[in-house]
Amino acid sequence: MFLINCPFCGEREQSEFKAGGEAHIVRPKQPTELSDDEWAEYLFMRKNIKGVQFERWNHVHGCRKWFNMVRDTSNDQIKAVYKMGEKPPVK
Amino acid sequence: MTNNLRFKTSKFIDETYRVSFKFNNKTYFGFKGDTLASALLANGIHLVGRSFKYHRPRGIMTSGSEEPNAIIQLHDNSSRTEPNVRATEVEIYEGLVASSQNCWPSVNFDIGGINNLLSPILPAGFYYKTFMWPASFWEKYEYFIRKSAGLGKSPKVADPDIYEHKYIHCDVLVIGAGISGIMAAKMAAKNGFKTLLVDEKSYLGGSSIYDNSEFSKINNQITSSWLEKEINEISKLENLEIKIRTSVAAFHGYNFLLARENLTDHLPINQRENKVRQRLLKIRAKKVITATGSIERPLIFDNNDRPGILLSSAIKKYIDLYGVACGENNILFTNNDTAYETAMSLIQRGIKINAIIDNREQIDSKISYEVEKNNIEIYKGYTVVDTYGYRRINKISIMKLSKDGQTVVGDKKNLNCDCLGVSGGWTPAVHLFTQSGGKLKFREEDQVFIPNVYPSDQISIGSCNGDFGLEEIIRNTLSSIKKFLDIDNSEYKTVETISGLNQSKRNIWLLPSDKSIGKTKSFVDYQNDATAKDIKLALREGFRSIEHVKRYTTTGMGTDQGKLGNMHALGIISETAGTKMGEHGTTTFRPPYTPLTFGTIVGRNVGEFFDIFRRTPIHDWHVANNAEFENVGQWKRAWYYPKDNENMHQAVQRESKAARDSAGILDASTLGKIDIQGTDASEFLNRVYTNAWSKLAVGKCRYGLMLNEDGMVYDDGVTTRLGENHYIMTTTTGGAANVLGKLEDYLQTEWPELDVYLSSVTDHYATISVCGPNSKKIVSKVIPDLDLSDEKFPHMSFKNAKIDNIKCRVMRISFTGEHSYEINIQANFGKSVWEKCMDAGKDFNITPYGTETMHLLRAEKGFIIVGQDTDATLTPIDLQMDWIVSKKKYDFIGKRSLYRSDTIREDRKQLVGLLTENPEEVLEEGAQIVANIKKSPIEMLGHVTSSYYSPNLKKSIALGVVKGGKNMLGQKLIIPMENKNINVTVADPVFLDKEGERLNAKL
Repeated sequence: MFLINCPFCGEREQSEFKAGGEAHIVRPKQPTELSDDEWAEYLFMRKNIKGVQFERWNHVHGCRKWFNMVRDTSNDQIKAVYKMGEKPPVK
Repeated sequence: MTNNLRFKTSKFIDETYRVSFKFNNKTYFGFKGDTLASALLANGIHLVGRSFKYHRPRGIMTSGSEEPNAIIQLHDNSSRTEPNVRATEVEIYEGLVASSQNCWPSVNFDIGGINNLLSPILPAGFYYKTFMWPASFWEKYEYFIRKSAGLGKSPKVADPDIYEHKYIHCDVLVIGAGISGIMAAKMAAKNGFKTLLVDEKSYLGGSSIYDNSEFSKINNQITSSWLEKEINEISKLENLEIKIRTSVAAFHGYNFLLARENLTDHLPINQRENKVRQRLLKIRAKKVITATGSIERPLIFDNNDRPGILLSSAIKKYIDLYGVACGENNILFTNNDTAYETAMSLIQRGIKINAIIDNREQIDSKISYEVEKNNIEIYKGYTVVDTYGYRRINKISIMKLSKDGQTVVGDKKNLNCDCLGVSGGWTPAVHLFTQSGGKLKFREEDQVFIPNVYPSDQISIGSCNGDFGLEEIIRNTLSSIKKFLDIDNSEYKTVETISGLNQSKRNIWLLPSDKSIGKTKSFVDYQNDATAKDIKLALREGFRSIEHVKRYTTTGMGTDQGKLGNMHALGIISETAGTKMGEHGTTTFRPPYTPLTFGTIVGRNVGEFFDIFRRTPIHDWHVANNAEFENVGQWKRAWYYPKDNENMHQAVQRESKAARDSAGILDASTLGKIDIQGTDASEFLNRVYTNAWSKLAVGKCRYGLMLNEDGMVYDDGVTTRLGENHYIMTTTTGGAANVLGKLEDYLQTEWPELDVYLSSVTDHYATISVCGPNSKKIVSKVIPDLDLSDEKFPHMSFKNAKIDNIKCRVMRISFTGEHSYEINIQANFGKSVWEKCMDAGKDFNITPYGTETMHLLRAEKGFIIVGQDTDATLTPIDLQMDWIVSKKKYDFIGKRSLYRSDTIREDRKQLVGLLTENPEEVLEEGAQIVANIKKSPIEMLGHVTSSYYSPNLKKSIALGVVKGGKNMLGQKLIIPMENKNINVTVADPVFLDKEGERLNAKL
């Protein structure tokens, strides 16, 4: 079980959090302008990589805030956490 | 017979405290400090169980948690009875009762032993190969296989003991209190680290605490004396918490560990009352020091499993720690120096050693010379090729090993014995290290896997790190702990060690025999009866991966998880396949390290705490009025209220009829309620619901449907505009938490610019729904000041009101199609308002109804239940709810998905009504719907989602989803059931009052 450094509350147990999939996928501003393929790209396609991945997490049993995390999925090391809307602090 | 086996010289045994216990219905005596195993051995008992497959007699083999054979049933026929307990770990107490497992009628004479004779036709994979044919017979085979499977008996009644969970946070966790663990704990605690030291045994000091040999000394003191002083010193350290009888079960990522602390298992039953039996410790450590030691390896030769064959280190422990001799005529069989330590312990007490068989041609250590001086014959370069004796070993055959160790040469020689100690060197206990994600490396020179890459802030020290010599252990422990904790190791300025052992070893994984392998039984996994022959067979049959060989032969799959034999399995595989040992890796070591009881795992979460439930404020009234309850999410909801021995059907028919004929009352408090405020609240609702919200007037209510971004229906409910910037949204009971989460997600991530605030107020209000033609009269009695005229209070509107000065919100909304009101009041007044309504409704036969009647009434009206009629594959269009999807709105969640190529298909499953040919026939929910039963395979068109007998329509009604159902109105379909086919006609899903006359009737 990870220890996650919530950007609002500090270090907490993983059991307080919920994972929310890949980060930095922006909902299209004008969905109706998109083709089926373009909409499907937003809706369904996720990278799910082995290695460093950008993810959304929610402190669901805490402050209920969403934030982003950089995690190496091969060894579960958390490289960084940062607030929604902020740029990733690591590449 | 038994007197000469006990040497009352051990300080760990309290000779003044005699303990009686029962084993297989016979009473024996031991002393306080004994384990069940040591007490049995002191009574001359080796045979304690039967093996799993061949039912071979098996004895105590080890002295610790690695024991594969001596697993017993503890507490016969009581609520505490527990199978598969290792006799080597059970501390005896007055009145202990234990028995052998997997044997009938007794351990001495076991019918199942016939499997041993049948063993030539019971090779690895026997069950897979045999019970395949004919396929239809499997059910018959299964019955017998299940009957004979498993070891021991599980308890049949509730566990009387108390268990609990505890969180521990520490700077440094030290696992294992052997010599290196004790040193590490002292260094950590003395340098200001909050330290926790745990050990699975009942004493501290590991195997060094009974090392009284003159051949290994620390600072010129006997090892055990030096260590005792160390232990005395650390027990006084403030920074150090010590937990004995505590076994680390799992080592997870981020230094999160689970350990089981045993608190009462060593006490007589009558002293356990109201005490916690076992505690699951959830440990979060900043740093972890693993000092779990090593496990002695057995040797793999023909018939290496007889009672009386023990690990040589176990024989040493039984004599040195418990003062118990395992035999009177001992032989030791070894490939390294550690057996000579055992020999010295036996010699010192005058216990006879008939011979030592050593694989090595040359032995050159102080301790071996000392043994030789005692006139003990050492057969150098020899191996054991066979053993004899059914219930106890009585003889062995030995032969000379060839130069390469692959064959035996010369004549066979027989030697008598009643106990054989084997030593195949040591295997570092790296289980916890690998569980944590650590990577091992293989050390060629002594054929061991040792820790290589650490995944977290941790270190392995002592023999679990591959340091076997005393000098090496102490030197490396000091230097690596100093580095690991970044401290000055002044605690130990001068530690000088002397050891009479050297580390030479002749490793042969499978010892050769004069017989062909097919005729031998060389056990690799004792508990599961997997032999070297089975492993070779698996390789011949094409298995290569160690994980596959493991599963095919069941090597390492017993309750001991192959702590003794897994290395040999790997060795035999690589020797047979001609590959290098390190290349195969190991099988995965999974938690728990030793088995955990279910009690420990669940802790206090038993009984009503197992799955907690939520009660509405009116719950007690429902209970008092005979309600049956249904679980909805975490809620207990009143399901129906049977009267005078009614069954569910009768109760629901009565409730449903009353609700339409006069008045019904429903506790709707469980519906999710979200308070929405902010200047952008209307815009927010526009984006999350499919219909338009901007023009909803203050004081009005509207039904809304919420989709997922993929266009599928997610939730529904009525939302009321309480003020210009204030709404209250209701959600389904089960969806409440998820809907709130989803709304928060969009607000925080996609639309942070919106000025909207959400609060869950589900628990804050009690919701009472009064419906039916007389509902108006009843509500006007309860709230006389409220004008209920259609002009002032029309359908789909809301009013603030007061009941006895308590503010409440009243909505005129309906889920039944009847004229109805929903009163929302502060939760703690819920029950009294409910009772007021009941009172006011007395003259109108007001009838409380539960969820089942609610479902029936809404089904008559064709209203969907999200989650019952929908399953995340249905769009509003599929549900024939096109009317609720705004054409004008530019965007809302899921809009774009409503015209994807997939969602506009004509032949999607669509919601329809279903009427049975025979109006009395009620369909089963979940039943399949087909059109043609003649053509096989039969095409499944859909299934029934809701089905009831309507007392108001006097016929059976159902909702279902059917491929292309929208265009099938009036078409005949078939519901095939187990013993009949039911004819149905596709109908409009609204069965009752399509025009809404009941809702708008002038009352």
